[in-house]
Amino acid sequence: MIDTLTNTVLFVMLVLTALAIVRMERLFAVVMLSSVFSLLSALLFVTLDAVDVAFTEAAVGAGISTVLMLGTIALTKPIAKRSRHTAFVPLIVVCVTGAALVYGTLDMPAFGAYDAPAQMHVGPDYLARTPDDIDVPNVVTAILGSYRGYDTLGETAVVFTAGIGVLLLLSGLRRRREDEDEEV
Amino acid sequence: MIFHHLILRVVTKLLVGTIILFALYVQFHGDFSPGGGFQAGVIMAVAFILYGIVFSLESVKKVFPEWLVHKILALGVLIYAGTGIATMLLGYDFLDYDAFAPLHPTHGQHWGLLAIEFGVGVTVTGVMVAIYYAFAGRPPSLTDEDW
Repeated sequence: MIDTLTNTVLFVMLVLTALAIVRMERLFAVVMLSSVFSLLSALLFVTLDAVDVAFTEAAVGAGISTVLMLGTIALTKPIAKRSRHTAFVPLIVVCVTGAALVYGTLDMPAFGAYDAPAQMHVGPDYLARTPDDIDVPNVVTAILGSYRGYDTLGETAVVFTAGIGVLLLLSGLRRRREDEDEEV
Repeated sequence: MIFHHLILRVVTKLLVGTIILFALYVQFHGDFSPGGGFQAGVIMAVAFILYGIVFSLESVKKVFPEWLVHKILALGVLIYAGTGIATMLLGYDFLDYDAFAPLHPTHGQHWGLLAIEFGVGVTVTGVMVAIYYAFAGRPPSLTDEDW
């Protein structure tokens, strides 16, 4: 009962935040609201008992990406450009996609179902074996680090590659601009 | 200019240490409580980014210079992959942490998890701070009044 109430309130606030973001033109407010959006999602993850994910969402979504968005605004303009197109076609596309997604969820197991496929296959096995194999209380760490060590190595490499990519793009531009300045 | 944003400056000085401490807690207590290398890395980076926002990019670069950030960015992946190589050299599979304590496999797992989580944390800290430096290091087109 209280779960349903919490989820409903959080989802309503999430939708209201999204609508406010769409209506806003001042990008500073948009960035702040998207940070609020991330915090609300983090709360939803907490109600789903996915504390590790909530942690990440709060730190990355609400923290660092907000700072990076503000940095981007500082490099560009603080006001959104007014769109000259009508919103009619995008609205139809969004409605059709949304309807398709909702239709897709009809086949999914009920919210919190114990016999959902995600709870049936390797999950119980990991839960049963972790105390003997790894002996750490946080099963998420055991799965990420030990059972799925390759995947986490891959993820670390992805984060590394992303960082290198951003560095190449942004620092390269700066150097070229300095070269041009010297030539002038 | 010294009294510009006085409250923010004082509160930041109080907070940065606490944030770093919390990052270390999340890093090394990840086996027992929510969190791990990724979350710890992000929180650690937040401490430096907060310092950079409130003071200046130059002052945070004195603490955490750009060349060091670029080094640790790669160092983390090396620590992670190196842990795997180490287990191989000890005669076990890649990333099979039982190798670190053959008589007590769970202890070996603890050591292995500690090492790879540290690698993840180091890389994530480096990447987040490097991206922030890359964004903040470019000359802004807006002045403070434009906001």
